[in-house]
Amino acid sequence: MIPEPTLSHLKDRIAAADHPRELVVDVMFALQEHYGYLSDEAVETTGALLGMSPLQVEELATFYTFLYREPVGRYVIHLCDSVICWLDGAESLRDHLCRKLKIEMGRTTPDGLFTLLPVCCIGYCDRSPAMLVNRKVYGPLTPEKVDELLEKLKQESE
Amino acid sequence: MSSQETKKYPSVLLQNRHPDRIATLDEYRRSGGYEGLTALLGAGNPKQAQQVLLDANLLGRGGAAFPAGKKMMTIAENAPFPRYVVCNADEMEPGTFKDRVLIFADPHQLIEGIVIAGYAARASHGIIFIRPEYEQAARIMEREIEVARSEGLVGRNILQSGYDMEIVVHRSGGRYICGEATAQINALMGVRPNPKQPPPYPTTKGLWQRPTVVQNVETLCCMPHILRNGAQWFGSLALTENGAGTKVFCVSGRVERPGCYELPMGVPLKEIVEVHAGGIKNGGRFKACLPGGASTAFVPARLYDIPMDYESLKQEGFRLGTAAVMVFDHSDCLVDATVNLLDFFARESCGWCTPCRDGLPYIRDLMKRVEAGRGSTETIEKIETMCRHMWSAYCAFAPGAVSPVQGLMAEFKDEVMAHVEQGGCPFK
Repeated sequence: MIPEPTLSHLKDRIAAADHPRELVVDVMFALQEHYGYLSDEAVETTGALLGMSPLQVEELATFYTFLYREPVGRYVIHLCDSVICWLDGAESLRDHLCRKLKIEMGRTTPDGLFTLLPVCCIGYCDRSPAMLVNRKVYGPLTPEKVDELLEKLKQESE
Repeated sequence: MSSQETKKYPSVLLQNRHPDRIATLDEYRRSGGYEGLTALLGAGNPKQAQQVLLDANLLGRGGAAFPAGKKMMTIAENAPFPRYVVCNADEMEPGTFKDRVLIFADPHQLIEGIVIAGYAARASHGIIFIRPEYEQAARIMEREIEVARSEGLVGRNILQSGYDMEIVVHRSGGRYICGEATAQINALMGVRPNPKQPPPYPTTKGLWQRPTVVQNVETLCCMPHILRNGAQWFGSLALTENGAGTKVFCVSGRVERPGCYELPMGVPLKEIVEVHAGGIKNGGRFKACLPGGASTAFVPARLYDIPMDYESLKQEGFRLGTAAVMVFDHSDCLVDATVNLLDFFARESCGWCTPCRDGLPYIRDLMKRVEAGRGSTETIEKIETMCRHMWSAYCAFAPGAVSPVQGLMAEFKDEVMAHVEQGGCPFK
């Protein structure tokens, strides 16, 4: 169940909106924040709040890069693989991350800490190769810097 | 060339840029900020703003280069209200990061631009549509909109003129196609962001079926300066006769100093790379660049002296796009780079129409075959035919996606054929 303060905050925003549906991405983000991902229940709740069918919500939920219809780790790593990061070694960085985390791209580590996803150009070509961790940017990266960051995140989660 | 002194040009859009913080409202004001808006509201004539933007030859900086003043003028006099201004901060063209830099440098410049555009279009609502990767920029804008509101620069009765305009920030869920104006309008309305073929144009029936002006961040940022200093001044900033204003070039790839450089429109490509971005790194040689994002064609070394403005590139069959200059050196395989670009486009295709959804992965696979040395002359012909088919796609995404492919075939056919003849990539 979604905590009452979150729900009433959303309801207030929806009531104040000229067109409730314009808030659909915000509502999905808020529910994703609560569940850790956009669960079936979150899709249904989004629809109920905005007068949309679950299918209409699903159509959007599966469309956007930063909405997750499956459980993800505590830290979602989006590794940029577009052309400038690619020029600067994104592929070897990807191999390094997969080796280090012992997962393939698109997977989550068994301890639930890290999810590894490819992403299109994130707009940090002046800091390539770059990646996002929970939407915060890191770059320019080297394997050593990645190792340090992973270690830091692991410690923070303990 | 690298020993050449960095030339000094007037800094306009990035004049208040600090390395570690945003410019405050006071700083923006000290540099003439909000003077343009004050004068415009004082004169009380929205049409005057439309005319000065048209006279200034301000072309859309988001890639399409449509005249900003002309766009405003397509709103009919008796068009219904409310009207909207959408600030497109969804910069997702690979290689492009100028809008992020502009927001971080001087957020009030953008706010003033939105209010000016709003007044010119007689719009009461401004919406900043921003990509999720720029969450920090979204928060900066929300905070500074409130600062502007407390100073009477946004909201009800702006500067006691009787003009009302609210500005809100809308966060995207993140997809490349949302940068396309009609798709962006759909995204704002909470429906799947498929592009829509005009007519009707957004300025006739846009957001919620009302007149809507969609402008890029940089285009809006130019407006306060044009209003304050005039159309002629804006034209005089360019180095070429056909150009107008400055341009924020995002330089990346094989250069010593990647970053955003605000330079006069029409500055030679060679100067951007060799002087401002510090030259090719590791002693490399300039081979080619994508001059304005991933959906433009490779500009070869023979055009290294080309003036970088919309018209000069057009005359040679190229596009300035977003002016994201992505530089490749002699060691880079452009076939391999094109495979990467096609990976991007195949993944980001919205899937709405068949040529794009099915055609791009097919072209990508054919190109991969060439890169791997398994291509033949028939493969190349097939790629060229498929590229032509992309023009029957629903929106400009697919023709844009094959621009680098067609550019590769036009300018670097020898390199492509070397893959076929040698049965592998000559760079590996």
